[in-house]
Amino acid sequence: MSLFTTLLFRDLQLALREGGAIGTALGFYLVVVALLPLGLGPDLKLLARIAPGVLWVALLLAALLSLPRMFEADHEDGSLEVIALARLPLELAAAAKALAHWISTGIPLALLTPFLGLLLNLDAGVAPVLVATMLIGTPAVSFVGSVGAAATLRTRRGGLLLALLVLPLYVPTLIFGISAVSAATLGHGGLAPSLLILTAISLASLVIGPIAAAAALRVQMQ
Amino acid sequence: MRLVAENLVVTRGLRTIIDGLSFAVSAGEALMLTGPNGAGKTTLLRAIAGFLPPASGRVHLTGGIEERTIAEECHFVGHQNGIKAQLTVAENLSFWGAYLCSSPAGTTGLEDRVAVALDRFGLEPLAGIPAAYLSAGQKRRAGLARLLVSERPIWLLDEPTASLDTDSAAIMTSVASAHLARGGLLLAATHLPLGLAGARELRLGAAALPAQSTHGPHDERATDGEGATP
Repeated sequence: MSLFTTLLFRDLQLALREGGAIGTALGFYLVVVALLPLGLGPDLKLLARIAPGVLWVALLLAALLSLPRMFEADHEDGSLEVIALARLPLELAAAAKALAHWISTGIPLALLTPFLGLLLNLDAGVAPVLVATMLIGTPAVSFVGSVGAAATLRTRRGGLLLALLVLPLYVPTLIFGISAVSAATLGHGGLAPSLLILTAISLASLVIGPIAAAAALRVQMQ
Repeated sequence: MRLVAENLVVTRGLRTIIDGLSFAVSAGEALMLTGPNGAGKTTLLRAIAGFLPPASGRVHLTGGIEERTIAEECHFVGHQNGIKAQLTVAENLSFWGAYLCSSPAGTTGLEDRVAVALDRFGLEPLAGIPAAYLSAGQKRRAGLARLLVSERPIWLLDEPTASLDTDSAAIMTSVASAHLARGGLLLAATHLPLGLAGARELRLGAAALPAQSTHGPHDERATDGEGATP
């Protein structure tokens, strides 16, 4: 097993053992989505129209909840320094941790979406496209988020600062995620381009995110 | 293999912590870093491990594998132990053994190495227990057991015997002696003597204030040949 997969499996094992992080994210997602119809009233047409956007925004906020812990836990118990001494470049170590975050947070949140869509009268035909945009778009959430998590590592209550830093960077993912869904709903030809741009954003973040996160970690470990 | 520091200057913000320090440690040698609190012992160890880039001067290895950095050749045990509370002691050591190994072939015999490390530090009865339930001293032993699960020639230890009882400290001493006998290098920042025969002592002065930092080298008081033990 390569060093990369060793670290990846260890992080997934920790996420599974801890449980709390995934549970909190899924619970938060559920609560935000469940509150919305109560606030807006029982207008089914309105709910169906805004459902994809609401689900996307709620997913971003839920994923943000577990971001600060990505490096913080390892920093607190001294593991991060030992990780930095391995013969795996710190960039790849950061990538393994971001990938573990996507697998343990991004995928479960995306898969939960069709069920939460029921609360918002989400059109059953739209749900598969919505889940697809989320699965394609959420790697950017984890990998861009890893930069913010690394940069705010030693900041007290860095979670709020992290949200301010990272949420604006999620705008392109959100825009093209929603535009793919509306293209599928309205039936015009915008679906493929939107999905391709969404993929491009995720792929770019896959490359840039770990490099920037490792640079930030090196500064934080001084 | 030889670890050489030449005119090393390390600063933290405006404070010069280490000012013009030079020393060399050869294979089989131990160097004890002593000095009052704030003298820069931890800073020096972190600079050697490569976490802190020096302001000037350099630390380098001679006689090792050319392309490997000090970071890749060293074990660093700092104030924190690097032990995950959710994993058992054995799982922690298996992970570090696999992750810090020198080559892909290094994972063979990992289970044996973990068993040896557990046995050496008296952790065998605790192997299957999540590390969250360990006491401070037991956690420290688990952190030190990392030294034995993967083979690395340079050991950088920061207060290795902190929170250890006398028996465990004696185990640490014998583990360190065995490491030196195999041709390893050891640098330890410590207030309590480790009891290693033939260890040299490098006494670091109190950290200079910004105004005094221009007065040239004052840290360089390596006393060759004097044992760290009284």
